[in-house]
Amino acid sequence: MLSIKNLKAEIEGKKILNGLNLEVKAGEVHAIMGPNGAGKSTLSAVLAGRADYEVTEGTVDFDGKDLLELSPEDRAREGVFLAFQYPIEIPGVSNTNFLKTAINEKRKYQGLEPMEATDFLKMMREKMELVEMDKSLTSRSLNEGFSGGEKKRNEIFQMAMLEPKLGILDETDSGLDIDALRLVSEGVNKLRNKERSFIVITHYQRLLDYIVPDFVHVLYKGRIVKSGDASLAKELEEKGYDWIKQEVEANS
Amino acid sequence: MSDTQEVDIIDQVVSQEYKYGFTTDIEMDSAPMGLSEEIVRFISAKKNEPEWMLEWRLKAYRYWLTLEEPNWQNFKLAPIDYQKIIYYAAPKEKIKLDSLDQVDPELLKTFEKLGISLTEQKRLTGVAVDAVFDSVSIATTFKDQLAEKGVIFCAISEALHEHPELVKKYIGSVVPYTDNYFSALNAAVFSDGSFVYIPKGVRCPMELSTYFRINAENTGQFERTLIIADDNSYVSYLEGCTAPMRDENQLHAAVVELVAMEKAEIKYSTVQNWYPGDKDGKGGIYNFVTKRGSCEGAHSKISWTQVETGSAITWKYPSCILKGDYSNGEFFSVAVTNNMQQADTGTKMIHIGKNTKSRIVSKGISAGKSHNTYRGLVKVNKKAENARNHTQCDSMLIGSRSGAHTFPYLEISNNTATVEHEASTSKIGEDQIFYCNQRGIGTEEAIGLIVNGFCKEVLNQLPMEFAVEAQKLLAVSLEGSVG
Ligand SMILES: Nc1ncnc2c1ncn2[C@@H]1O[C@H](COP(=O)(O)OP(=O)(O)O)[C@@H](O)[C@H]1O
Ligand SMILES: [Mg+2]
Repeated sequence: MLSIKNLKAEIEGKKILNGLNLEVKAGEVHAIMGPNGAGKSTLSAVLAGRADYEVTEGTVDFDGKDLLELSPEDRAREGVFLAFQYPIEIPGVSNTNFLKTAINEKRKYQGLEPMEATDFLKMMREKMELVEMDKSLTSRSLNEGFSGGEKKRNEIFQMAMLEPKLGILDETDSGLDIDALRLVSEGVNKLRNKERSFIVITHYQRLLDYIVPDFVHVLYKGRIVKSGDASLAKELEEKGYDWIKQEVEANS
Repeated sequence: MSDTQEVDIIDQVVSQEYKYGFTTDIEMDSAPMGLSEEIVRFISAKKNEPEWMLEWRLKAYRYWLTLEEPNWQNFKLAPIDYQKIIYYAAPKEKIKLDSLDQVDPELLKTFEKLGISLTEQKRLTGVAVDAVFDSVSIATTFKDQLAEKGVIFCAISEALHEHPELVKKYIGSVVPYTDNYFSALNAAVFSDGSFVYIPKGVRCPMELSTYFRINAENTGQFERTLIIADDNSYVSYLEGCTAPMRDENQLHAAVVELVAMEKAEIKYSTVQNWYPGDKDGKGGIYNFVTKRGSCEGAHSKISWTQVETGSAITWKYPSCILKGDYSNGEFFSVAVTNNMQQADTGTKMIHIGKNTKSRIVSKGISAGKSHNTYRGLVKVNKKAENARNHTQCDSMLIGSRSGAHTFPYLEISNNTATVEHEASTSKIGEDQIFYCNQRGIGTEEAIGLIVNGFCKEVLNQLPMEFAVEAQKLLAVSLEGSVG
């Protein structure tokens, strides 16, 4: 489904990703961990198509399409969803209106008619229930005045509505208390299925107690330096990142 | 995000084609170019006006000659050559128009193209339309149905003949010709416009609407609208306007006067989409309009809503004179400028009666290299006990080469007044656009969404039929404002 080969990217001449490789198959959940500044958010931004990052080398294949060739909106319409580390506020635009626009733009891209209003509302209700989203949040302005936890839950709700092939979660756990973390994780777990893949980016192991990954990768200095199964996350929790850093320095 | 990148992404601005820019090929009956007493007499004679009207025009003209163009505005204005303007242009009509069947089909087609159907079968349901083409009113729909309720809705030139006592009593009563340079000019040369009278206790059964179209070259449009709402009556009125694309600037200097008697309410909405000029600032309409309403009676209310997207220069301050005790004035405005457009707009709320109330909500959006100025006056007279005003003034910048300016003026002569002012400036960020993009929403759609969100409070004031149009218009006028 997603195949990243030798990906190099920089911003303002600063090299951030230095030859990153990653294979994600349909239905798999990959966790990407790493110290602050390792390039985790950069990876998510490059995959989503943020314009300020320049890809200097490498390829990204998404379901047979050259992802790097697509505009950010087309990537989204093809099924890439990014849950932002810092969701953006848009005053005066309701969640409902925002999602209706997003869904209909995607349908247009697929050559479909806009969704019937009643179908849309029904879908809203179902997905709200699924991710335990508070109804009052959907009529309010997008993310405006939302608490940190509400913003993150809203990201998951949007993901549920847009039904992507690949969900990228960038530090969705940051700033959440334990209850919010549980709610968000349960939401994600309900969206897991045989077709849908996830890249779960996190600094802490805590989230992975709830969203149990198939694979764990350690990103350091713009490269994946270690991969393993869920137990690798536990090891990192106990030992921190220093031993990995040392390993990398020793090998270079 | 660095500033330079923001400039790169956000400033690949502006290429929207103005879709109302076509011209109508029709035989015109025009005054010779230029302005003189002769021209004033010519226009009055064309309209077959009573003597008092001509006298009034001539007084206005002579007064205008003593004035100089104002220069306090916050934009650059090349000198206007008033002798290079044609002050009267009308489609040649051989017969008096009694029904739409007699309207030149070219004209009907023009309005069809603009989305204004004047033919009885297809007319917008629930909206009566008066269509003004260059200097004359072409047709007014739904007249009979309105007449049943005693509502008068017709061209002002017609009202001069049918209801001279009303016109004589109120014309110039809210905006005297001595008010300013352009109101003097308008009084001298105005050619047509709409007239509305709502009798006591009548709630006008439908929206009234006038659609202004400038077509002829080198002409100015100087219409005059007069709306009188008698005691306990209500009317909602909407004006729309477009013009062909032409390389020279064209002057539009209208006057609108509203009179609200006791417990009457007038809601006046404008969706202004005059040709804004090309992206280098060539051509476009100068929209210099004097709009003022007088809340004459106690508990009366006047509400101005404007969505200003067109014109090379917009220069207007729809205002309320709150004479009646407990009267209420509102001003809701969205002004969008793109490319080289300039807008200096706002309102004046003059509190005279006791317990009067006013509310101002202004949303300015500037893109391209445009400049957008809010200028507003809140004046509370000595005897206006317990006056209240709330002003909210928000600016949004798109790109980094546009400008937003705010000039709120306060003149408070009564210490029981409560006056509040809030202001904000924001920028459509690349972050917001990227967030939308990531959800599958393209950049232009995203801007439309963000801008409509920003203007929601004002758009909500528009009659339903027009709110959707206005939303589309906002999106269209900013098309290309972000690359
Ligand atoms: N806009 C930017 N300009 C310059 N450097 C940046 C920018 N964004 C991120 N970086 C740098 O790139 C590196 C990786 O950042 P990031 O991808 O956010 O790391 P992580 O998410 O793993 O904490 C950091 O050193 C950070 O300072
Ligand atoms: Mg990060």
